Amino acid sequence: MTEPSSVLPMSRRDLLAMIGLVAGSGASYRAMASMGLVAESTYKGPIKLDGGAKGKSVLILGAGHAGSVAAYELRKAGYKVQILEYNERVGGRCWTLRGGDKFTELGGATQTCGFDPGLYVNPGPWRIPFHHRALLDYCKRFGVALEPFVQVNYNAYLHSTEAFGGKPQRYRNIHADFNGHVAELLAKCTSQNKLDDAVSKEDTEILLSALKEWGALDKNYSYASNPQSSERRGWEKPPGGGIGGAPIPSTPMSTSDVLKSGLWHHLSIGQQVEFQTTLFQPVGGMDGVAKAFQREIGDLVRYRSKVTKIDQNDSKVTVTYVDSQTGGAPMQATADYCLCTIPLSVLSQIDIKVGPKMARAIRAVPYESAVKLGLQFKRRFWEEDEHIYGGTSYTDMPIRLIGYPNTGYHSSGKGVLLGGYMFGPNAYEFTALPPAERVRKAVEYGSKIHAQYKTEFDNGIAVGWHRVPWTLGCAGTWTEDTRAAHYDNLCQLDGRIMLAGEHASYVNAWQEGALLSSLNAIERLHKHVQSH
Amino acid sequence: MIKPKNLLCAAVLLTLPAFASQALAGDVSFSRGYTFEERDGKSIYENVCQGCHMADAKGATGAGRYPALAENPRLAGKMYPAILVLKGQGAMPVFGDVMDDEQIANVVNYVRSQFGNAYTDKLTPAEIAALRPPKKP
Ligand SMILES: Cc1cc2nc3c(=O)[nH]c(=O)nc-3n(C[C@H](O)[C@H](O)[C@H](O)COP(=O)(O)OP(=O)(O)OC[C@H]3O[C@@H](n4cnc5c(N)ncnc54)[C@H](O)[C@@H]3O)c2cc1C
Ligand code: HEC
Repeated sequence: MTEPSSVLPMSRRDLLAMIGLVAGSGASYRAMASMGLVAESTYKGPIKLDGGAKGKSVLILGAGHAGSVAAYELRKAGYKVQILEYNERVGGRCWTLRGGDKFTELGGATQTCGFDPGLYVNPGPWRIPFHHRALLDYCKRFGVALEPFVQVNYNAYLHSTEAFGGKPQRYRNIHADFNGHVAELLAKCTSQNKLDDAVSKEDTEILLSALKEWGALDKNYSYASNPQSSERRGWEKPPGGGIGGAPIPSTPMSTSDVLKSGLWHHLSIGQQVEFQTTLFQPVGGMDGVAKAFQREIGDLVRYRSKVTKIDQNDSKVTVTYVDSQTGGAPMQATADYCLCTIPLSVLSQIDIKVGPKMARAIRAVPYESAVKLGLQFKRRFWEEDEHIYGGTSYTDMPIRLIGYPNTGYHSSGKGVLLGGYMFGPNAYEFTALPPAERVRKAVEYGSKIHAQYKTEFDNGIAVGWHRVPWTLGCAGTWTEDTRAAHYDNLCQLDGRIMLAGEHASYVNAWQEGALLSSLNAIERLHKHVQSH
Repeated sequence: MIKPKNLLCAAVLLTLPAFASQALAGDVSFSRGYTFEERDGKSIYENVCQGCHMADAKGATGAGRYPALAENPRLAGKMYPAILVLKGQGAMPVFGDVMDDEQIANVVNYVRSQFGNAYTDKLTPAEIAALRPPKKP
C-alpha cells in the first residue's frame, strides 16, 4: 500500500478530528452535554411527597405524561386533582396508530389507518433508552411489558444517492472498512513515528496492537481481504457444511470510496448515550405507557376540554374551557393551584395571567418540525429477502431513514415499516404536501433502497407534527441564548401557576423530559404548600 | 430522539454535492441540507409556510391556531412580517438561520401581494440584512 499522505489529501489532524467525530470523542461529548443534548436521567426513585396536602386542590391542564404523572403522584399525596384534556384519550404525544384509527390534521385532511390487525406505527415516541430511569420505573410499576428496540443493525443499509452508484451498502461493510482503513493509516503513522510526541515510545507498541485488533488488521498491519476482515465485514462466500463448505473472504472497498461516500457519518449515531444498547419499546405500541396512565388516572380526566383562558388571583386559579369538538358555551374550573402541561406552541396563544417574565418565556420557544410515516407492505420482504431484523437503514434522501419493526419477526402476512422520519427543511416540505402525496413520495424514495416497494406496497399514513392540532409541532427547541434568558422564568412558580412538560426540561423531545419536569414541579409545589 | 442539530448539519453539509439542485417555481422540492433551497416567494410559500398557514393562507384552528395570512391587515407594514419570519414568535418558527435575506424578502413580498393582500411596496434583501444581529467576531 501507498503512504497515507498519497492516499489522502487530508492532514493527520483532519483525520484525527474526523475519527474524533465518528468515535464520539470526549471533547465532542462534553460540548454536546453542555448543550443539553446528552442527558442521562437524574431520576432518584419514586417521589416522596410527605406531610399531607392541607386540603389543597390542583387543576392539571393536559393529560400527556407530564400531566398524568402529576395527577398520579399528587392524588397519592392527598391532593384533590382534576385534569382538563383536549383529546379523548390520555397520552398526548405518546400515541400509536393502528388499523381503523382516524387522524384529522389541521387543515382538515383525514387519514384512516389501513393496517392489518396487530400492526402499528408510533408517529411520536418509539424508543426508550436504558437510562431513562423515571419512564422505565413507571413502566415497571404499571406492568408495561417491554421488548428490545434495535438501534444499530449491522445488516441494515447505509445509502447515499451520491455514492456506490446509489446502491445501498450494508452497515457492516461500511463499519468494518472505515475502521479497518483508519486503523491501517494510523498504524502506518505510528510505526513511522509520525505521531510526534502524541504517543510515548512505550505506548506505541500498545497502540499498534490495539489498532490491529480494532481494525481487524493482518500481521503487517494491513486491512486486506482475509479471514480477519471477513469476520467483520462478512464473507464473499460464508462458511458452510460438508463438501464445498470452505469460506471465501470478501474484498474491502477502497479507503477513498469509503471516505468519499460520507456513509461513515451514520456510524456515530448508535454510539451516542441516547442510542446506546439497550433501548426498549413497549410490546404492542408506545401507547402501552399512555394506556397504563389512563388506567391509573383516567377517572380524573375531563376529556374534550379545550382550555382557552387561565386566570389567577390571591385565592384561586380559574380556567376557562370549551368542548374541543363542538365548541359551545365556555365552562370554568377552579382550584388552589394549576399545573399547566400544555405545549408552549399552544400555550403561547392562550390568555394566561402570569408575570411578564413567564409570559415572555412562554412565547420564546418555537417547536421543531418532524414527520413520520407508517407504510404497510404485503409481506416482510426485508426479513424474507434481505435478512434485516429490526433496526434502521439511513439514507441521504429526504425520508432520512427506514425503520424495521423490532417485533413479530418471521410472522407471515403483512408488515409495517417506518417509511421516513424527517426533521429540518425536509420535514417542513413534507408537511406542506397533502398526506397522500407524502406517502407517495416516501414510497418513491424508499424503492431506491428496497426495489420490493414497487410491488409490495399496500397502504400508508403520514403524520406531520406541525399539523397535529394539539401540539403544533414535535418538541420545544431551545437555544443557548433562549435557555439563558427564559428557562428559569418558565419553570418558576408564578403565583398559583406552575408549568411542566418536555419543554420545561433539559431532556427535550423525550418522554423522560416530560416526567422529570413534572416530578420536579410537583416537588416544588408541594414544598410551597407545606410552607404556606 | 432528535439528532443534535449541529451534528446533523455538519454531516449533511459534508455530503452536499456542489450542484445541489435549486427548486423551480411551483415545484415540490426537497432541500438537501439544513437550509431551505427554494428561492422564489411562491415556492417558499408552497413548500414551507403552507405546512402551517395552509394552501389558501386561511390558517387553521385546533387546540392552538395558525393565523390567516389571507386578507390580513397586519401585513400592511412590510417590517412586521419581515421580523416575524426572521426571528419567529411563539409557535411561528425562526427562519433567519435557514433562509437568506433574499429568500425572506421574496416570501414576504409574495404573501403581501397574494391571498387578497395587495400591498405594492417591496421589501429588499438589504432591509432584512439590517435586521440581523451583527456577526460576532
Ligand atoms: C416525532 C416524535 C418522536 C419522538 N420520539 C421519542 C422517543 O423515541 N422516545 C421518547 O421518549 N420520546 C420521544 N418523543 C418525545 C415525547 O413524545 C414527548 O417529550 C412527551 O410525550 C411529551 O409529554 P408532555 O406531557 O410534555 O406533552 P404532551 O404529550 O404533548 O401532552 C400535552 C397534552 O396537552 C393537551 N393539550 C394541548 N392543548 C390543550 C388545550 N388547549 N387544552 C387542553 N389540553 C390541551 C394535549 O392534547 C396533550 O395531551 C418524540 C416526540 C415526537 C413528536
Ligand atoms: C410551524 C408553523 C408555521 C410555519 C411553517 C410558518 N408559520 Fe407563520 N405563524 C405561525 C404561528 C403559530 C403564528 C402566530 C404566532 C404568534 O403567536 O404570535 C404565525 C404568524 C405569522 C405571521 C403574523 C400573522 C399575524 O396576523 O400577526 C406572518 C406574517 C407569518 N406567520 C408568515 C409566515 C411565513 C411567510 C411563513 C413561511 C416562511 C410562515 N409564516 C411559516 C406558524 C407558522
